[in-house]
Amino acid sequence: MSQDLHTLTLTQLAAGLGNGDYSSVQLTEALLARIASLDKTLNAFVTVTADAALAAARRADESRAAGKGGVLNGLPVVHKDIFCTRGVLTTCGSRMLENFVAPYDATIVERLNAAGAVVLGKTNMDEFAMGSSNETSYFGPVRNPWDLERSPGGSSGGSAAAVAARFAPAATGTDTGGSIRQPAALTGTVGLKPTYGRVSRYGMIAFASSLDQAGVITRSTEDAALLLGVMAGLDERDSTSIDHPVPDYVDALSGPIDGLRVGVVRQHFDAGLDEKCAAAVREALAVLEARGAVLTEVDLPNLDLSVPTYYVVAPAECSSNLSRFDGIRFGHRADNPEDLLDLYCRSRGEGFGAEVKRRIMTGTYVLSAGYYDAYYLKAQQVRQLIADDFKKAFAEVDVIAGPTSPTPAFKLGDKTDDPITMYLNDIYTIGANLAGLPALSTPCGFVEGLPVGLHLVGPHFGEAALLRCSHHYEQETDWHTACPESYR
Amino acid sequence: MSLDKDQVQHIAMLARLRLADDEFAETVDKLSRIVDFVDQLSQAATDDVVPMAHPLNASQRLRADRVTETDRRDDIQENAPSVEGGLYLVPKVIE
Amino acid sequence: MSSPWEVVIGLEIHAQLATVSKIFSGASTAYGAEPNTQACLIDLGYPGVLPVLNEEAVRMACKFGLSVNATVARRSVFARKNYFYPDLPKGYQISQYELPIVENGELMITGGDGNQKRIGITRAHLEEDAGKSIHEGFGRSSGIDLNRAGTPLLEIVSEPDLRSAKEAIDYMRKIHTIVRYLGISDGNMQEGSFRCDANVSIRPSGESELGTRTEIKNLNSFRFVEKAINFEIERQIELIEDGGKVVQETRLYDSDRDETRSMRSKEEANDYRYFPDPDLLPIEIDDDYVEAVRATLPELPDAKQRRFVADYGLRQEDAGILVGTRAVADYFEAAAVATGAGAQIVANWVLGDLSAALNRDGLDIDGSRISPARLAGLLDRIDDNTISGKIAKEVFEALWAGEGTADEIIDKKGLRQITDAAAIEAVVDEIIAANPTQVADYQSGKDKLIGFFVGQVMKATGGKANPGQVNAILKDKLGSA
Repeated sequence: MSQDLHTLTLTQLAAGLGNGDYSSVQLTEALLARIASLDKTLNAFVTVTADAALAAARRADESRAAGKGGVLNGLPVVHKDIFCTRGVLTTCGSRMLENFVAPYDATIVERLNAAGAVVLGKTNMDEFAMGSSNETSYFGPVRNPWDLERSPGGSSGGSAAAVAARFAPAATGTDTGGSIRQPAALTGTVGLKPTYGRVSRYGMIAFASSLDQAGVITRSTEDAALLLGVMAGLDERDSTSIDHPVPDYVDALSGPIDGLRVGVVRQHFDAGLDEKCAAAVREALAVLEARGAVLTEVDLPNLDLSVPTYYVVAPAECSSNLSRFDGIRFGHRADNPEDLLDLYCRSRGEGFGAEVKRRIMTGTYVLSAGYYDAYYLKAQQVRQLIADDFKKAFAEVDVIAGPTSPTPAFKLGDKTDDPITMYLNDIYTIGANLAGLPALSTPCGFVEGLPVGLHLVGPHFGEAALLRCSHHYEQETDWHTACPESYR
Repeated sequence: MSLDKDQVQHIAMLARLRLADDEFAETVDKLSRIVDFVDQLSQAATDDVVPMAHPLNASQRLRADRVTETDRRDDIQENAPSVEGGLYLVPKVIE
Repeated sequence: MSSPWEVVIGLEIHAQLATVSKIFSGASTAYGAEPNTQACLIDLGYPGVLPVLNEEAVRMACKFGLSVNATVARRSVFARKNYFYPDLPKGYQISQYELPIVENGELMITGGDGNQKRIGITRAHLEEDAGKSIHEGFGRSSGIDLNRAGTPLLEIVSEPDLRSAKEAIDYMRKIHTIVRYLGISDGNMQEGSFRCDANVSIRPSGESELGTRTEIKNLNSFRFVEKAINFEIERQIELIEDGGKVVQETRLYDSDRDETRSMRSKEEANDYRYFPDPDLLPIEIDDDYVEAVRATLPELPDAKQRRFVADYGLRQEDAGILVGTRAVADYFEAAAVATGAGAQIVANWVLGDLSAALNRDGLDIDGSRISPARLAGLLDRIDDNTISGKIAKEVFEALWAGEGTADEIIDKKGLRQITDAAAIEAVVDEIIAANPTQVADYQSGKDKLIGFFVGQVMKATGGKANPGQVNAILKDKLGSA
């Protein structure tokens, strides 16, 4: 058995398991040992489910021996701790759910399990997915494997760090304003956020229902395509999941990108973008052009308004979504409440962290009498303008390419004082959420030893073209295979 | 400051959040900054723009009227902080 | 009659829809289960769960809309109404706000002046019910049972067109009848499946501006609605006449004390922060759907009443009472078709003896121990003079006791009427011979004594003699008075 199982991608591991080079139990044991020894400093996990993982690995090996098993049979994955997992702690990074054991599986958890995946554990995250640095987690920040002083981004920071540190070949994540793509960019991994409605939200603890979408973080586009094929498709339990055919995403990777029209957004290279990041992105665009893509300039005139729009819509929805945490049926409950009001105010005051409380209050404010029209309704109108901008752009191009994040990974504590600085980190990613578009980030270089991501956005249900474009790019470059030194 | 203490107190009450004293002062400051930031939306020209409540132009799917759930009360109530005789307990509700 | 005050009332009726599962989950809606055994993860607002709309709830709302001549919206939207309360698990109620499924309906009631009066129905919208708080038996705590949470409700909002408690009750009864006819609600008021809030205000007669209203919550019987509204009207009149002002507030009716009182709202004024529910998409309905639903509508009470009067010649009031319950109307019609005795006779029996028997045994019409066919069999025997009306009551009781058909009972008990004139004459002769004093009195002018003779003859024949014949023969034999 090779010592280096942790370095392999899902696709490579699937081949190795298929050839009988090693068993799923061996693979699982190797990764669990790695997590046990290395995650103390990284803090990527809230819960490691070692026993359940080994049991699942044994079942996978048995079914393989019997000639059965799904496409992910015996392959290890980790779940962001926002997905409900039956019988397993599901904290959402919050004190509120510190002791919450979900009594059911999220649809995507169920689908990955049915395909034979082995779940190693649940990853750390910004509390209720509200944050871009993983610093709002009740369980402490996650560190970036490329530099332990730095943030891995957020909110799916634990998932990104776990994949970058080779604890697992793949992780699930959720993306409401960039929470898969930004940490992927900051940790040198591939992050895919599908079209809104492509993947079920059932069992994913809601932050902002009209923006949330589940996706994956992997070390190759091919792996992302493989997982998306398992996760995607109609779910009767989610009214907003869409009945749209699921193509074979892995098959679709091999098509040519000759003539693929790639849009470059004028506004993306304005002030705010780190110059060295801009250079890396321009270089990536040149690579695509060399592979036959046609670069075209496009306009997203309301790009600047996407962040304020998001910071009205997302808090509004979150203020309502998080009202269910009241200390009565589940979750944190204050000791010895004086009366009902005290039970509510203290349970919620103690159970939620500062950022979550701020967002709940922002949302409460923008929906309240006298402010609804000026904020919430206005934001929904601007949201329509932003969606229209994308629609116009996609009349001319197949894919829009640009930077994922304005800077590489920043230091922990650097942006915690001013909420606005933190919010502006999501300037390039938020538009896709507001318009419900699929988008991904793939590694496209380094700035002072820190990874930088190339961001690709497609029209609704345009995942196949995005994945193909990213896959072609990876054929020409090896940024996605780079590994932080201490985690080789 | 675009928000004053009374407004923040009112919002906290609507949202049922108790804030510690130091937390409260910080919240007044940060919420004000957030509100100032989102205020730039007011400059956008949105006359005749239909508000977008949803990213996709789809309509509601309906489910058949069938009972599909079975009783899992005891299992579910393991997460409940305070129950008695199958009921969730709260401090007495006075009307 | 000419009160200086005009009363203005609007009702918000909540009818629980008779679906088998909840509006957004697959949990059962059956009444009376052990606490929280019918509250599934969705009803409990568990983290991560999502609502999926019950198609039957939509169909039922559509049926109602068509029945009150309303517009069924081709596109309607669910919104969240945000507030904290222990019986509201998610901290918001999924309801409809700006775009309800039913708008601009109407129905006719009999107004205070006896004329038909149109009452506007502003809207009817779908929403989920809340759970229940139980305040007794848990010391300083309340217990929360969420079995009812998520049960579909249709909230039917009237225009402020009602002018008295009586009109309010008439309107509410009419809605109650309609939802039961449609089979969209069991209308069971004891179980809370049909309840209402009343908005009451007064204004000087002739004034067009509305006065300040109060809202009386959760009235769950027709009697309480009437009493609560009347109390509230008196309270407001006294208040204003004493120089005070009505405060806009929510009040609770206390049936033990027969009064309304303010619900201490120690909280801030309600700010429900309605916004479209992002977990649910717009309900879209097309014309084909609406027409398909229309085709399933039963004949409604008003139409049925008109038909009963026109086709069966029933008295207006009797027809009105019969159509009050669809099953009673169906019973009447089944019996009326089966007998040759005449529909008004059938109505008399259904509203008279049959109703009395049902009441006595605490049954509703579906539990009747006499089928429409058997009742028809009885009425036929009255009609063809086989038995008298009096004997018929005895046969009715035997039918109720399950002793067979009317013919079997008449034969078994020998109740066939005596119509043989010779046989009756023989008895009459005996009675005349045995009562010379009464005969003399009768013949000297006390013609009321005819009743005495008839009674004697009936007694002697065990009630079986045909009363008409007995009368005629007696008068003939006694000579005119």
